[in-house]
Amino acid sequence: MHDVAHDEGKAIYFWVWAGLIFLTGVEVLLAYEQVLQPVRMLEVLLVLSVVKAALITLYFMHLKSEIRTMRWLLIISVMACFALMWIFFFPDADRILHLGVK
Amino acid sequence: MATVQHAVPQEAFEPSLFGTYSKKIGMWLFLASDSLTFGALLFAYSYNRIANPAWPTPFGKPSIANATLMTACLLSSSLTMVLGVIAANRGDKAWTRNWLLATMFFGAAFTVLHAMEWTKLMGEGMMPASNPWAATVPQFGGTFFTLTGMHMLHVTVGVIYLGVIALRKKFLPVLLALWLVGWLVTPAGSIFHYGVHVLLIGAILSAVILFLKPKDYDAHDVEVSGLYWHFVDLVWMFIFPLVYLMSTKI
Repeated sequence: MHDVAHDEGKAIYFWVWAGLIFLTGVEVLLAYEQVLQPVRMLEVLLVLSVVKAALITLYFMHLKSEIRTMRWLLIISVMACFALMWIFFFPDADRILHLGVK
Repeated sequence: MATVQHAVPQEAFEPSLFGTYSKKIGMWLFLASDSLTFGALLFAYSYNRIANPAWPTPFGKPSIANATLMTACLLSSSLTMVLGVIAANRGDKAWTRNWLLATMFFGAAFTVLHAMEWTKLMGEGMMPASNPWAATVPQFGGTFFTLTGMHMLHVTVGVIYLGVIALRKKFLPVLLALWLVGWLVTPAGSIFHYGVHVLLIGAILSAVILFLKPKDYDAHDVEVSGLYWHFVDLVWMFIFPLVYLMSTKI
């Protein structure tokens, strides 16, 4: 049975932490420069946030070390629920994105 | 009276479908459901943000600097948490406790910084149903306080959870002292004068758990508490850019 013994060295966690700090710096820089329109800015920030969330989940939460069944069941079920949320709001959100944003 | 011992064959128990122990699976399932709560709140905030061109942008450089420092606190707390899990796996109780205490310190620092930010915004006139910057967008305060308040509550619960794992019953007087100091120090009109009672509720619930089921928390318990803590960090990775960086006044 897979157990709590995670045999990676400590160095990887410091690298992940440094990467997360760096990505946070990039986000703050984008906010200070304000070169992007709100919708484009939202898209870029969301992509960076997903990358940071993936780093935290895979390395700090050790999802990378779990067996495939656990890993994919969690990822697919949560993503499916978010997709349902998006589908539920999609028609209205799409209308606003195309008609309402300056 | 004699008792009969029934031999239980090893094959009577099926191996876990998920290849790990049940406490961890339970925590993952809780986190999956909690992510949907935060997902809905983040969706509501982002939807309103994009749909309202007149959305207020009250976060100037001091607010962004403060929120960046809060982010650094949470990221550093995740690092100390994972180091605590490693120490627990090798059976080093002293360093497990030290890393958990460091994690709690960063978590508490995050909460204090966040409370200062809330106090500043409320001092400028921001309320759940109104704000002084955009009269046509009253939902700014409601969505902001609900989202960040829910996260602040999670961080506070996380600090209490880690305190119970790290110090067990010794944590109860510490928690009660923090509650009393917090209650006496915060002004009577402040929301945190009432919000600090979360610590008292936490102390009562922790006492019930610690006295009804006393145990020496092992590496599994540390790892499960770590999952919760990293999740709180993960959620902030979405709140920080979507709430603060999307509403900057630079």
